[in-house]
Amino acid sequence: MTSPGASARASAPLPSAVSPAPMPDAPEAAPAGSIEPQAEIQRAVAGAFRVPRMAWLVSLLCLALGLLLSVSVGSSDLGFGQVVGGLLDGLPGVRIDSGLTSTQESILWQWRLPRAVLGALVGAALAMSGAVFQGVFRNPLADPYLLGVAAGAGLGATLAIVTGARYGWGPFHAVPAAAFLGGLLAVGIAAVLGFGSSRSAASLLLAGVAVASFFTACQTYVMQRNSEILNEVYAWILGRLGTFGWSDVGLLTPYVVVCGLVAVGLARHLDVMQLGDDEATALGINVTVVRAVLVVIASLLAAAAVSVSGLIAFVGIIVPHAIRLVVGASYRVVVPLSAVAGAAFLVLADIGARNLVTGAELPIGVVTAFFGAPFFAVLLWTRRGSWT
Amino acid sequence: MTAPTRRPTSIAPAVGAVRRLELTDVSVRYRQVTVLDRVSLTTAAGEWLAVIGPNGAGKSTLLKAIAGVVDHSGTVDFRLDGEPSVGSGRGAPPRAARLVAYVPQNPVLPPGMTTAEYVLMGRTSHLRWFQFESGRDRDLVGRTLADLDLADMAARPVAELSGGESQRVALARAIVQQASILVLDEPTSALDLAHQMAVLELVDELRERYGLIVITSMHDLTIASRHADQVLLLDHGRPAVQGRPSDVLTAEILSGHYGVEVSVLPDPNGGVIVVPIGHRSRTADKHRTVADPHLQPVIHLHHIEPSEGDPPS
Repeated sequence: MTSPGASARASAPLPSAVSPAPMPDAPEAAPAGSIEPQAEIQRAVAGAFRVPRMAWLVSLLCLALGLLLSVSVGSSDLGFGQVVGGLLDGLPGVRIDSGLTSTQESILWQWRLPRAVLGALVGAALAMSGAVFQGVFRNPLADPYLLGVAAGAGLGATLAIVTGARYGWGPFHAVPAAAFLGGLLAVGIAAVLGFGSSRSAASLLLAGVAVASFFTACQTYVMQRNSEILNEVYAWILGRLGTFGWSDVGLLTPYVVVCGLVAVGLARHLDVMQLGDDEATALGINVTVVRAVLVVIASLLAAAAVSVSGLIAFVGIIVPHAIRLVVGASYRVVVPLSAVAGAAFLVLADIGARNLVTGAELPIGVVTAFFGAPFFAVLLWTRRGSWT
Repeated sequence: MTAPTRRPTSIAPAVGAVRRLELTDVSVRYRQVTVLDRVSLTTAAGEWLAVIGPNGAGKSTLLKAIAGVVDHSGTVDFRLDGEPSVGSGRGAPPRAARLVAYVPQNPVLPPGMTTAEYVLMGRTSHLRWFQFESGRDRDLVGRTLADLDLADMAARPVAELSGGESQRVALARAIVQQASILVLDEPTSALDLAHQMAVLELVDELRERYGLIVITSMHDLTIASRHADQVLLLDHGRPAVQGRPSDVLTAEILSGHYGVEVSVLPDPNGGVIVVPIGHRSRTADKHRTVADPHLQPVIHLHHIEPSEGDPPS
């Protein structure tokens, strides 16, 4: 084929590097005089792929400080230095006299520390779950409870509380298991309905709405028939960090670690899914399978978190958005940073929940919304324009 | 100076490996409506196929079928060097994505993503689950951006680019994919003359250098005649005429299918120049009936009659 534009090419507004197609192993095909473009490219590319070190640093610092503060502050104040000493003392092979009494030691190790760690795990799980759901559904309003996890867990927990109150076995231990199973059952039904009816993400979303409404209706009915448990159910709905010491941490850790690693590992897929099903397919992604895997991961994270902490609202939707506003929308950054920032946020919120009101504990969901919403509003306002 | 190759086999053989692309009786139906009706064609490595036709003729659907993003009947076969053929279709092995790079007419440009991050996604078909891009992939992105005059935009949000810039960015993503078939839906519709020329020249150069098969849908028939080795004219989803540009792009064929009078002049630089000269009169057209909405041009200028007293505009 003739190339009549050959003469015109010189006048085209492209740099001289236009010729060697950046194709397959064209080995060292760079034309003479390409040294300068090379340097320019290096700069441009390096700038575009920069890792947001500052955001990582700040998030990790907040988390570390939050954890320390959380174990120090409480009804019986443990000194900051003593706490650090006590924690170091707990490390194998380290002997430090922290100056803590044995009662204080047991407060630190059996009460404060597991609760702080649990808060971090729940925060990380909810924030990652929210980030993944937002990515899968390409919907900024998506949150961890989207596909009915909350409604299912709510029904499960309510049933457990009712039967526990009626038949007298300690209700609390049954509640997490029932909530977990209820949450997964709801998502399972939504997934079967959604994936079965069509391949699109929208049908899954609508199935989730239908299932959530149904489960919520059932829960309301059960509550209405057993009004003596309303307070207990209500407290569960508002969310609170568990009180079972390390056993909750042990329950939650495997879910957060395994699902978290998968979510971070599939962050590249999440980015490609933002192009929509057609383009993602054309790029070589099996959209249906990837979507299913991600939905399972995000639902497990949400159900596991809900089962030990109740319905803590706000974390799962706001934390990923805050990350986006500050460091950009690529899920390679949003997913892992959400985990750290979500953990820090919930640990700090729990400090508030335990200490803001003397003599009583605020529901942590109230604290996250009360302090998180204004913070996010400020962020949204100051970063306006960066969100297309 | 290049980094050590981490995936030594994935690049060179992938390109130029497709000797022939064969479509046999490819049909696409959306529920009851047949949008593409038994299209068969063959292109060989190094060929440029232009798909033309009026709006709604099925051009985009055909390209989607080749890219494997739409369910179709019939077969799309990639004849590889000394290998059995590979079919495409939704759910086909991701191998097809290594063979075909597809750019839709209006690519989705996700908010908050930088140009470089966007183009890097072209490497998707070369990566396994849980695998991330290497420095080599990023180098390729950098070089491609420079080639397309986009290096300055590497760190800019892709959603904030102009129409022409985003069209070139989408092409960059397709090039980075290193497939041996480039499927481009209206690749130059948002470009000014200079960039139109530059982009098409670049595609042509890739085609020549690596023996790519290039398949583009085009509205600009003059440009189509200049670049294409083969032209397929679709009308109502059916392959109406197929052949060399000089055989397909004639005044008679074009006016019959587009419903306007055109004059086709020889272009001293190669190809032909297609100029519309007026709406084809209804009575002169035996093929068209009023009941057939597809043949109605979108704009009926002759229906607009100036009313008395209107100032001339």
